[in-house]
Amino acid sequence: MNAIETKNLTKKFKEHAAVRSLNLSIAQGEFFSLLGVNGAGKTTTIRMLTCLTLPTSGDATLLGKSIVTQAQEVKSLINLSPQETAVAPNLTVRENLEMIAGIYGYTSQAARVRAAQMMETLALGKVESKKAKLLSGGWQRRLSIAMSLISDPKVLFLDEPTLGLDVLARRELWEVIEILRGKVTLVLTTHYLEEAQAISDRIGIMAQGELKALGTVTELLAQTGANNFEDAFVAIATKSEQLQ
Amino acid sequence: MRTLVFASRNQKELIRDPLNLAFGIGFPLVVLLLLSALQANIPVSLFEIDRLAPGIAVFGLSFISLFSGMLIAKDRNSSFLMRLLASPLSATDFILGYTLPLLPTAMAQVAICFIAAILLGLSVSLNLLVALLVLLPTALIFIGIGLWAGSVFNDKQVSGLCGAVLTNLSAWLSGTWFDLDLVGGVFKTIAELLPFVHSVNATRAALAGNFGAIFPDLWWVLGYAAVLLSIAIFVFGRKMRSDID
Repeated sequence: MNAIETKNLTKKFKEHAAVRSLNLSIAQGEFFSLLGVNGAGKTTTIRMLTCLTLPTSGDATLLGKSIVTQAQEVKSLINLSPQETAVAPNLTVRENLEMIAGIYGYTSQAARVRAAQMMETLALGKVESKKAKLLSGGWQRRLSIAMSLISDPKVLFLDEPTLGLDVLARRELWEVIEILRGKVTLVLTTHYLEEAQAISDRIGIMAQGELKALGTVTELLAQTGANNFEDAFVAIATKSEQLQ
Repeated sequence: MRTLVFASRNQKELIRDPLNLAFGIGFPLVVLLLLSALQANIPVSLFEIDRLAPGIAVFGLSFISLFSGMLIAKDRNSSFLMRLLASPLSATDFILGYTLPLLPTAMAQVAICFIAAILLGLSVSLNLLVALLVLLPTALIFIGIGLWAGSVFNDKQVSGLCGAVLTNLSAWLSGTWFDLDLVGGVFKTIAELLPFVHSVNATRAALAGNFGAIFPDLWWVLGYAAVLLSIAIFVFGRKMRSDID
């Protein structure tokens, strides 16, 4: 069974189609990146797959569960690290982690154990008693990722996880994300092409709400005849714009 | 269980914000002390402690709207609410989680106000407990307004609306600072159409042990609480869906 399977997934806002008839399969354990310029439909796609918004038509299944008819079941299988840091500011690092574990159904004792595991995995131990609002941007993002992992999701959505971080913080965060490879299905959206190129098993490129290209970096380079990935991306994104 | 976990988070956010403590408890206490000092030097029957304390308690509760509105608006404006909306929390979990922690907070505010009033001469009796219960629907009114404001406005707008407009409105139109009969006219009519003066009157009656006089004032308050809370829950539900669409 695939982790994600979309069938003619479509989202319209009045007459504007933000996502048009998206058909996509992502295997379990795959690291998949969804790329595109602003307004391409990436975020709307993620919002539909995380049950934050209903599709206008079509459907998607996550590990066999429909986002339209089984949203609650889907929500217990997935987790999301939103574009901006999403932490409770007046709670400590430990409290933030235990709270999310509790929301995903862990008992208070299990939540404590799980929080300790996450703090060890993501090296958050030295700031465990610090309020989230007092952490630097890089540490807050690290906590935000830990909060999305604590529920042991089968599918994890990372929406622009490194946006606004400095080079060092970005590098540290990618080291953390690399640990997850193969253990969980990862769906990443990013504007940093080099990050997607380096870490993804497969990449999908969206433009004007449609999936314009799909494959490994090597396959996308071959499809466009480009010498590097940035040129391949530009060729795919601008070609579709010129056709509009 | 999920509701309690979420409610516990909201409770911690509320009580760990020093501004909430300063405005919700400190400011009403300062006003209580100032008006009591004024009363000691220039006796005014309106500022006698058994008449003043209910008014200050209602004034203090008006800050509950600011607390809850700011919390929800900040969650909406950050991605924190998006994270929660993608979690298995249900709509009921959200509404209860945002409202439940405010009730003990409100009751604690009233209790602190009454303790200060006792130190200033208010008689200790079981009537204080009745007054506390009478103020419960008033707390629900302000919780409802906060839920609505936080759902509709951003944190800066909530701060202006609930922190400035609502607190002043509930203070001036409650009959605490001056006798509404002295002003009369449209001002008195408007005040009597709103719940604040009824809340103060019902609490004064409860404190005096004049239980028969608690109603009909309390009916006004209960009616407002039911209507405002229902509207707030409806708007919150709709707004959450439209925010993410």
